[in-house]
Amino acid sequence: MSDRGMLRILTCGAVDDGKSTLVGRLLFETGHILDDEMAALERDSRIYGTVAGEIDFALAVDGLVIEREQSITIDVAHRYFSTSRRSFIVADAPGHEQYTRNMATGASKADLAIIVIDARKGVVEQTERHANICHLMGIRHVVLAISKIDLVEDAQSAFRKIAETFVLSAEPLGFASLQPIPVSGVTGDNVTTRSGRTPWYTGPTLLEHLEQIDAATDTKALPFRFPVQRVVRPNQDFRGYAGTIASGIVHVGDAIVSALSGRPSRISRIVTADGDLQMASIGDAVTLGLSDEIDVARGDLLVPATERPEISDQFAAQLIWMDETHLLPGRSYVLRIGNRWVPASITAIKHRIDIHTRQHLAARNLELNEIGVCNLATALPIAFDAYAENRETGSFILVDRISNHTVAAGLISFGLRRATNIHVEELFVDKAARSSAKHQRATVIWFTGLSGSGKSTIAKRLEKRLHDSGNHTYVLDGDNVRHGLNHDLGFTDTDRVENIRRIGEVSKLFADAGLIVMCSFISPFRAERRMVRELLEDGEFIEVFVDASLAECQRRDPKGLYAKALAGKVKNFTGIDSPYEPPEQADIHLVTENVEPDALVDQIMAHLREKGRI
Amino acid sequence: MTPHLNSLEAEAIHIMREVAAEFRNPVMLYSVGKDSAVMLHLAKKAFFPGHIPFPLLHIDTSWKFRDVVAFRDATAAQTGIRMIVHTNREGAARGIDPFTSAPTLYLRVMKTEALKQALEANGFDAAIAGGRRDEDMSRAKERIFSFRNVQHAWDPRNQRPELWHLYNTRIHAGESIRAFPLSNWTEADIWTYIQRENIPVVPLYFAAERPVVERHGTLIVVDDERMQLQPGEQPQIRRVRFRTLGCYPLTGAIESAAGDVAAILDEMQVARLSERHGRLAEQDGSSSMEKKKREGYF
Repeated sequence: MSDRGMLRILTCGAVDDGKSTLVGRLLFETGHILDDEMAALERDSRIYGTVAGEIDFALAVDGLVIEREQSITIDVAHRYFSTSRRSFIVADAPGHEQYTRNMATGASKADLAIIVIDARKGVVEQTERHANICHLMGIRHVVLAISKIDLVEDAQSAFRKIAETFVLSAEPLGFASLQPIPVSGVTGDNVTTRSGRTPWYTGPTLLEHLEQIDAATDTKALPFRFPVQRVVRPNQDFRGYAGTIASGIVHVGDAIVSALSGRPSRISRIVTADGDLQMASIGDAVTLGLSDEIDVARGDLLVPATERPEISDQFAAQLIWMDETHLLPGRSYVLRIGNRWVPASITAIKHRIDIHTRQHLAARNLELNEIGVCNLATALPIAFDAYAENRETGSFILVDRISNHTVAAGLISFGLRRATNIHVEELFVDKAARSSAKHQRATVIWFTGLSGSGKSTIAKRLEKRLHDSGNHTYVLDGDNVRHGLNHDLGFTDTDRVENIRRIGEVSKLFADAGLIVMCSFISPFRAERRMVRELLEDGEFIEVFVDASLAECQRRDPKGLYAKALAGKVKNFTGIDSPYEPPEQADIHLVTENVEPDALVDQIMAHLREKGRI
Repeated sequence: MTPHLNSLEAEAIHIMREVAAEFRNPVMLYSVGKDSAVMLHLAKKAFFPGHIPFPLLHIDTSWKFRDVVAFRDATAAQTGIRMIVHTNREGAARGIDPFTSAPTLYLRVMKTEALKQALEANGFDAAIAGGRRDEDMSRAKERIFSFRNVQHAWDPRNQRPELWHLYNTRIHAGESIRAFPLSNWTEADIWTYIQRENIPVVPLYFAAERPVVERHGTLIVVDDERMQLQPGEQPQIRRVRFRTLGCYPLTGAIESAAGDVAAILDEMQVARLSERHGRLAEQDGSSSMEKKKREGYF
């Protein structure tokens, strides 16, 4: 069997450089394309092939219909082959620019990258982009496969020139190894056997190099990190924590702490279905027993007491944006690090990195495939290491709350402040005390709806009714917020998000003061309304959907804004040229057409009493 | 001994634990074949010393080999695990069968539609399945946590990027995830692991004398009296085994003398045909699997 273990390879290069052909050739030469697959390949080569009269090995990896029709690779394909020395997993990443996110995806798991360069074209913009992404993602070993070497006149000088150019430009990236090899996927030169066509090349063939390289970074030497996946409690006698060791080694008897709580214990058992172990290391899926009953749950990180990770709720990271919808600073996303999900937002974009030149550029947001250096804040502290030190505990993804798309990959650089220093000062008078002095419970009533739907009218009448009942109230609306606190904000999507974020924070402070706060804002996006809900305690946020049809609102048009928007004099107007996302499950749904406002106020008052807010 | 198999095993265990931790109502698809046997073995390891926290689901087209059904029932009895068996009765009532219906129609109704019925009837939000990326070119592009929309359809152009070991398990109501713990295993890995762990599999994988007829160059075993013989066909006794187990009238056997796992591994070293070559319904073009998966297939 394979004695050097598994090598995970990423192949990348520009469009038409022949990556897929090279991978197809490797599979064929190592006996991993069988007769019926070969017959299918011959048939497909006649239909889709790009090499006249020859078998197009690219078709062995380009599996999707659209890829075959357009002779491009869209998505990462995984292929497997093995020799007597080693087994290999190949992630074939697309070269097409718009699919760069897939290359980062392939790179996140790879030990070594094969960067393919067409000998006729030399180093192009995309080559540098791919080298930079490999570096960013922490790949330390690179093979420079200079392909189509059979198609150039003076192969030796072409090879030398390309290799020198690349080695020079990649020097600052500090790869641990960088091996240029002249190859041809179509004819097989230097793939598994030395080519007579390149007598001047004395290095290893591609396969020889892949079999020999020692690409395992010394991850056993890293501190022990164990993200808890599940608490296992089949009966009264057993309690254990199942998970996969992210780095390092653990022994029975080791002193550990749960990183976030700091609670200490010792490893009492390392349980597997094949019997208990005395020691386990990176990659092992085990169940750990602890000698003390400490509070540990899914998402926690067990670490050595002596080598702890950073803990913070604010940190700097590199973000690779992966979604069609661009980044919105301030919007609440969900962040996954290890097995932990926490709400998170981007508090600042420091700069964007040009992936060709590695230069820093000013940026207000990030678009698909852009890379930025950002500050992030999480709703709760997280435990992490720098990505440069530990790929498993320094990486995270961001997920959009509405689409559930994975919108970004994140690589943590460093914590911005210690979470332990920001513990909220313990106050003698707290929210509960302030609320009960007013004989009410602090509440934020959030009115959302189109302009002209009646939000402010209802909010103000409700305030009057509450005030008359002896409650302590305040109304936040466009009139008192837009001119002061938020006078610097416009109506772009980015500014709308920031607008609501600030209002949310102010509402939170007012709620902390024990008030009943009424907020009357169009607030067109579900994600922002949810963000405010999450700032507050359970039950404190009441979402009121003030519902009137667009036609009715245009008819009312109390401020004449619809007329201006329709005439093009006001831009980004909700309902006209900017979307409104109605609540899916509002706490109160008010239909305002043909109803007296006082009847609607009655509805809200009844809800507040029913929920014990007043 | 085999670091490569150890890492595949650990990866599969991690994926299964992840499904159990992140989903409300998961299920494991169980086809009774060798890959399912390996999955069940891995699930026992993943949740040791506890029990497997989800049921198994077998889509029974009613045209499975008798040995397959017997093995399934014996496994359920021995492990005590909950085994849900679902057949598309409505399809069977419409007279869909593997002899007279076109293979693609038959598979769509009796497998794909049947699977959707069972997933919806039970409200499963995640299904663990035994697909391997080495089986087919479209599978090679599939994620480990693969998103399905409310119609159970796979959209290969709109897959979530899957980075590090950070699986995106978030879905809305009605949507689901198919999770593939054996994504990175090859056919050889499966057999080597079965040998190493001594995992029981259906006897049809081992060579024995069986009655066969030859159709379109494929050997079809006459498994029961429902087999519709064509004019001139006369079953002959030959020594055969299966590399893959589908519905018996649509699955070709190969002539073989391999009576145990070691002999199967030896024969595989010199095999020149791929595993799914024996699946008659899958020989209608290189992209047939992609088409089926877009419709919601396994």
